[in-house]
Amino acid sequence: MLEVSKISVTFGGIKPVDEFDLKLNKGELVGLIGPNGAGKTTVFNLLTGVYTPSHGTIKLDGKNLTRLKPHQIVKKGITRTFQNIRLFKSMTVIENVKVAFNNQLHYSLYDRIFNTVKYNKQEKWLHKEAMSLLKIFDLDNEANELSTNLPYGKQRKLEIARALACKPKILLLDEPAAGMNPNETNELMETIRLIRNKFDITILLIEHDMRLVMAICERLVVIEYGKIIAEGTPEEISKNLKVIAAYLGE
Amino acid sequence: MKKLVNQVNSKLINPAKEKVVDPINLRIKKQNKSMQRFIYASLTIGFVYILLILGMLTGLIDSYLSGIIVSIMINIIMAVSLALVTGYLGELVLGHAGFMAVGAYTAAILTMQLNLPMIIEFPIAIICGGLLSSLVGIIIGIPALRLRGDYLGIITLGFGEIIRIILNNLDITNGARGLSGIPHYSNFSVTFFVTIIVIVILYKLISSKTGRAIVAIRDNEIATDCIGISTFFYKTLAFSCAAFFAGVAGGLYAHYHTVLNPVSFGFMQSIEVLIIVVLGGMGNLFGTIIAAVILGILNELLRSFSEYRMIMYSLILIIMMICKAKGITLAIIKSKFANRSPKKSKGGKSDARSFKN
Repeated sequence: MLEVSKISVTFGGIKPVDEFDLKLNKGELVGLIGPNGAGKTTVFNLLTGVYTPSHGTIKLDGKNLTRLKPHQIVKKGITRTFQNIRLFKSMTVIENVKVAFNNQLHYSLYDRIFNTVKYNKQEKWLHKEAMSLLKIFDLDNEANELSTNLPYGKQRKLEIARALACKPKILLLDEPAAGMNPNETNELMETIRLIRNKFDITILLIEHDMRLVMAICERLVVIEYGKIIAEGTPEEISKNLKVIAAYLGE
Repeated sequence: MKKLVNQVNSKLINPAKEKVVDPINLRIKKQNKSMQRFIYASLTIGFVYILLILGMLTGLIDSYLSGIIVSIMINIIMAVSLALVTGYLGELVLGHAGFMAVGAYTAAILTMQLNLPMIIEFPIAIICGGLLSSLVGIIIGIPALRLRGDYLGIITLGFGEIIRIILNNLDITNGARGLSGIPHYSNFSVTFFVTIIVIVILYKLISSKTGRAIVAIRDNEIATDCIGISTFFYKTLAFSCAAFFAGVAGGLYAHYHTVLNPVSFGFMQSIEVLIIVVLGGMGNLFGTIIAAVILGILNELLRSFSEYRMIMYSLILIIMMICKAKGITLAIIKSKFANRSPKKSKGGKSDARSFKN
């Protein structure tokens, strides 16, 4: 489904990502792990168009995404969440989700000014969709709260809900469990499982919490200094000497 | 009516399904509510209009006072259009008077050259002024909106000065002597209704999907890009819309004062509009309107201290920044309705907000 071949990026003399290859099959849940500064988030930034790769190509279902802008890549079907939560702080929970539906609404200013049937219909549809999405994440009771007033774990959930509102084929999660206590992490694991069951999408996630990674990922990719050092099932990876060396030092 | 029939039908067909009836009831209530709001708004506007007109007819409001009212309304148009960029999009613009100047001169030159009946040439001139102004806005916006914050402020400041200097040196604008003999087309009524239309359009724009996208950009630009919204497009759109309405305000201004001089579109004019927006509250359209009225009246009352006006303006700005208040009007409204809000909202919304404050 997603084919990334030999992407590299250079900032001055530094190569945070060097000839990175990745293949995602439909419906997979893949973990991307590696020590701090290994280039994991940079890979995400390359996949979502925040950075443009200096070499290599990114293809989704055979379509080239390499030089597209972030908002164009979202339309092709890749969305993401952020390591440090980026919600729209002055908006309520439901508005945060509604914004993400923007590309699926097709009314003009004319429709809004005269409150035409088209406008009313689409806004009603939007409200229903947004509420049902919030319900899946158990956020429907807080729909009218300001997003900053949510507890941390729910802010994470809201960010995932917002990403899913774009109807992606691939969801990229950047350290979803960062800063969570064990209970919240357990809940997050449930949420991720739920997403896979309900939405039929492919997930690629970065995570440091090995308990979460080992429990839910089907395949792991390990990178260090921007290069892949190992790939395989969680069991294989946990026994891989190279990986142990990268994490603990020799 | 049709919905009522439907509702009755559904009750008749499945009396057991009480839940089906509920959303329909809600919908009717909601539509009634929006209808009600529309009626209330039109009644209020009509009432204010008739009151002002009556005042003019009876001589209670003389031409001096009505001049102040017109200039307040022009300031309202300027302020709400700037509120779109500064309040909602969150970008600092210090050259808004430049757009007003473009609109004013374009409209004035058009009406002076066209020689058509007023009913045709005046709307054409106003709209052309707005369009040219928004075109200039797009041309400036495309490179400038790559910057944020102070840098964008500096660029727009430079743009405003450039416009003023160009107007000072062109033949068609009659240079520093300014244009005179512009037909006196915009009176109180025209300005009043244009102001209402502008406010309605901007309010609707802000409460539509476009408005949501614009506020999202203010809150977090990268996240907005990553949910498939082209930040570049919406920023340019907001900027050119603001420029359009500033141009309209300029057209009205030109046809009210009948003389134009580049001096009246200087840096201070831009700052005055910005102060209205800041005072009214960032991202608060109605606060902006109230602030424009208050400042307009204050300006007249403090005419005799006009030299100290700028000192007061800067003091107001500094105090607003320190207090981090979301605008003077919002503060007033909040304190007035503080007792009412907890009853209305369910689920601790107001508690959470007050806790944050």
